[in-house]
Amino acid sequence: MRTANDTWLIFERSTILTLRNPIWVFMGLAQPILYLLLFGPLLKNVASMPGFPPGGAFNVFVPGILVMTALFSSVFVGFGLCDELREGVVERMRVTPMSRVAMLLGRSLRDVVFLLCQALVLVVLSIPFGLSINGTGVAIAFALLALVGLVMSPLSYTLALILGSEDALAPTVNAIALPLLLLSGVMLPMSLAPDWLQTLASANPLYHAVAATRALFNAGLYDREVLIGVVVMAALAGLMIAVGARSFSRAAA
Amino acid sequence: MKANATIIETSGLRRMFKGKNKGRGRGPSPDVEAVAGVDLRVEAGEIFGFLGPNGAGKTTTLRILSTLLAPTSGTARVAGFDVARQAVEVRRRIGYVAQAGGSYRESTGREELVIQGRLFGMSKAEAGRRAEEILAALDLTEAGDRTCGTYSGGMRRRLNIGIGMVHRPELLFLDEPTTGLDPQARARMWDEIRKLRKTGTTVFLTTHYLEEADALCDRLAIIDHGRIVAEGSPSDLKRQIAGDVVTVGVNGHGDKVVKLLQAQPFVREACLEDGLVRLYVDRGEEAVPSVLRLLDRNGLAPSTMNLHRPSLDDVFLKKTGRSLRESAA
Repeated sequence: MRTANDTWLIFERSTILTLRNPIWVFMGLAQPILYLLLFGPLLKNVASMPGFPPGGAFNVFVPGILVMTALFSSVFVGFGLCDELREGVVERMRVTPMSRVAMLLGRSLRDVVFLLCQALVLVVLSIPFGLSINGTGVAIAFALLALVGLVMSPLSYTLALILGSEDALAPTVNAIALPLLLLSGVMLPMSLAPDWLQTLASANPLYHAVAATRALFNAGLYDREVLIGVVVMAALAGLMIAVGARSFSRAAA
Repeated sequence: MKANATIIETSGLRRMFKGKNKGRGRGPSPDVEAVAGVDLRVEAGEIFGFLGPNGAGKTTTLRILSTLLAPTSGTARVAGFDVARQAVEVRRRIGYVAQAGGSYRESTGREELVIQGRLFGMSKAEAGRRAEEILAALDLTEAGDRTCGTYSGGMRRRLNIGIGMVHRPELLFLDEPTTGLDPQARARMWDEIRKLRKTGTTVFLTTHYLEEADALCDRLAIIDHGRIVAEGSPSDLKRQIAGDVVTVGVNGHGDKVVKLLQAQPFVREACLEDGLVRLYVDRGEEAVPSVLRLLDRNGLAPSTMNLHRPSLDDVFLKKTGRSLRESAA
């Protein structure tokens, strides 16, 4: 009860702070549109290459972009926290009886809501380009994206609490996000990759998130990839939330 | 609140920090004992100051007492509860204002006060009323709906203290509440802190300003290298050092005056120096009128009279061998 209540308070606070910066909101929503307009047109020809998985070009492309949006929308959230750390906000709240999990969860749920809004814009705008959707499939895909957010946002906050400054956080986050992204099959399906790269990719949780999302937009709900993706991301999300909450409760900065 | 109740009690408080082993070519830095056995008693209702140079262990001690940092060893009871084992109970009863502040520059003053109240379990309406009350008390009503980033330094500090006061804590910790403020804003802050004492709130503050410790604190502890080197009221501490010095100009009656005053019980020592009589006394403020009366009665009206009192810096110098003014610079 205390945790739920505190989570709501922090969620409300951080959402208000986000909305107070209309430029960030605008940029966040414009990003998926840029992908559609500036990258989408390349797909027509790529889709006819040998090895390209079945399904329309957009049904292969959009799921990847969705996961990438979820990644980028949540992996940099620690930057905002550095600012709050410096101004003593986190420390001040640690000397209240509030729930430590709520400090993390309130912020991470804001990040999830924000990334789901971006995802919704992307899906809706992709329909005229030829994306075909199934309601249940999209719903499960969004749940999966929420899980991606609940892995990456706590990770980013944990790093921010450990490193304490944007200067240290930027290269660290990049060093984590870039290989995750390259090995996820977001840009092009991993079925085009040589065997060793495919093996490496299968160790990447984000790869399974992409595969599951792609399955949800193509093969159907009962694909094995869907189950793997959801289980992997749910387990990781649980782990990262626990780690993140712990970092908040013992933040030294 | 009960009078003379002990609100902070520590015994053998220690805190080690691990040295960093990744020094670039400079070898590993050693472990540091930031707090090296602190025994402290603070009574309810007083303004207690923790005076010491930067790096003396003031902030570390404060962070232990406010549950932010676990002690390596030793115990601390704050507001009746153990800081390590009953942290949540302690947090309900204390307010804490860090040096970094606590208010976020993109939130408004009112938002910060309201959410703080709600994190302490107040309803939305209750927290709103309390925020209003605090804004008014701190003269911030007009600024209440502006973001904190637009506040002046003094306003922001006042708001931060207001945030610490939302839940009416018994005890408020202030880490260097006036560092970096201009003299006017500092005087204003002192007034606010004295007001807190009037409402019965105990205030525990750290400072490296001698004037602040002297003017504001009922009692203080001087800390250096993680150890308390002296403790008491500012006037007790100064008296314990040397006593006050009264110099009297006597128009050539020096020897007679010295003889007369040496016989007085309140005079520790009297001597003649450059034609002036120097008296070492315990309480200069009481000695001056006594000396005047005595000399008057004996027809030895003094031409000049001066009272010099030792400063807290003299205390610090005596206890540590260094001047705090130099250490702080």
